[in-house]
Amino acid sequence: MNRYWVQRIGFGLLALAALVVVLPILLVVGTIVVRGAGAISWEFLTAMPREGMKAGGIFPAIVGTLLLTLGTALAAIPVGVGGAIYLAEYARDTWLTRTIRLAIINLAGIPSVVYGLFGLGLFVLFLQFGTSIVAGALTLAIMTLPVIISAAEEALRAVPTEFRTVIASLGGTRWQAVRHVVLPQALPGIITGILLGLLRAAGETAPILFTVAAFFLPRLPRSPLDPTMALPYHLYVISTQVPGMPAEIQYGTALVLLTLVLSLNVAATMIRGYFRSRRQW
Amino acid sequence: MVVKIRIERVSYCYGDKPALRDVTLDVPSRAVTVFFGPAGGGKTTLLRLINRLNDLVEGTRMEGRILLDGQDIYAPGSDVHALRRRVGMVFALPLPLPGTVRQNVLYGPLLAGLRNGARLDEILVRSLTQAALWDEVKDRLDEPASALSGGQQQRLCIARSLALEPEVLLLDEPTSGLDPISTGKVEESICELKRQYTIIIVPHSIQQAARVADYAAFFLMGELIEHRPGREIFTTPQDQRTENYVTGRFG
Repeated sequence: MNRYWVQRIGFGLLALAALVVVLPILLVVGTIVVRGAGAISWEFLTAMPREGMKAGGIFPAIVGTLLLTLGTALAAIPVGVGGAIYLAEYARDTWLTRTIRLAIINLAGIPSVVYGLFGLGLFVLFLQFGTSIVAGALTLAIMTLPVIISAAEEALRAVPTEFRTVIASLGGTRWQAVRHVVLPQALPGIITGILLGLLRAAGETAPILFTVAAFFLPRLPRSPLDPTMALPYHLYVISTQVPGMPAEIQYGTALVLLTLVLSLNVAATMIRGYFRSRRQW
Repeated sequence: MVVKIRIERVSYCYGDKPALRDVTLDVPSRAVTVFFGPAGGGKTTLLRLINRLNDLVEGTRMEGRILLDGQDIYAPGSDVHALRRRVGMVFALPLPLPGTVRQNVLYGPLLAGLRNGARLDEILVRSLTQAALWDEVKDRLDEPASALSGGQQQRLCIARSLALEPEVLLLDEPTSGLDPISTGKVEESICELKRQYTIIIVPHSIQQAARVADYAAFFLMGELIEHRPGREIFTTPQDQRTENYVTGRFG
């Protein structure tokens, strides 16, 4: 066998490996769209579930997921971005910052069900928030933090050091450099990180299982201390806990969740592309 | 000659690597002083000590004193931000900040809290004129600074420093990235500026050193070898090492 054929076979195998990545996503999305599209109707999106969830809509679950994602954002963004600014712009390399970084890496590796149990222990029971949107959103926020902090810190570090030096040479403080130059330049990367973190939170089931999700609650939550239905958990319930559930409703629910999460993903990609094209360095 | 900056027995180390050894030097007011010599001689380090920009570098050690108008700039409690407004700096590469030409020039005054629109406009025109850039950019003030040519960007950076009306201007190889015509323009504006400002420049060639120097200091491996007024140092150097360098035997 000559070098020419070795090369062709090598490339062929690599191309196959790349294709294997694409195949599952096409199959998953394709199946869900084909089998779920029939369920999508105005009523499905805006009505309460009826007849033991076998009819009617999934409105409370959609609202619940949106509220949870919003709550997660409110809690995770200030802490995450603030922490990233501290680590990237202020912290010196000491045992404390090394510990913080180690904690962030480990936080990212914790299985999501452990976050759920942690949220149950801390927010639901100890702080007595009960099974509520607050408890669920805070649990999801903790799970999302490492994603946001790492992405934001990386985006901040990617801004050329020279900008900070120039601001210093003009008599500006470190905070002025962050506020007026570094943060605006890093914003697209930070926003992308935030959206990626949030979309993971929006689709998670385990962390909300014990902290917020209601099995069947055909009304909208009235306060942040109310429990709520949420799409991932609802999907789990109608797929495994309710006998005789029409498959179309299951796939329809999956389609709504997928659309929600993918649109966040697309938004992240577009924001990144838009800012990248306008970047001045 | 009025002394603007007095450098007294300054030694400086990055970690355990010495960069300056026992340098003592007076920089006269309203004149161009040139720090020249081969790379690694400590010129840029000394420059960055004069506006305390090296405070940003970790793990360094300094001995000696630097006095600006007789005041020790490293004295405890002295205001480093105020110092940097009095001692401006232009870097080797043009480093425009994100934003328009106008925003770039006005960064310093805005950071210092100036909000008066008429005053800002006045500063804009004066700074760009002093940097010999006004005629070229007066119709492009709201274009991104990155759209200017390299030479224009460097003069923009000079204008940005001048906007703070500093007393001292430090120029670290300000023409190293520029073509000869732009270099000529920058050198012309330097010669204009010395009537008002104390200028210290690290030139990017010995020819440039000779063209702009009112006073010249020769640095070699962290030591100040020779410091003399005028151009004598280039024509009749007294130290053998200076002579070797200016006649092109090394460096």
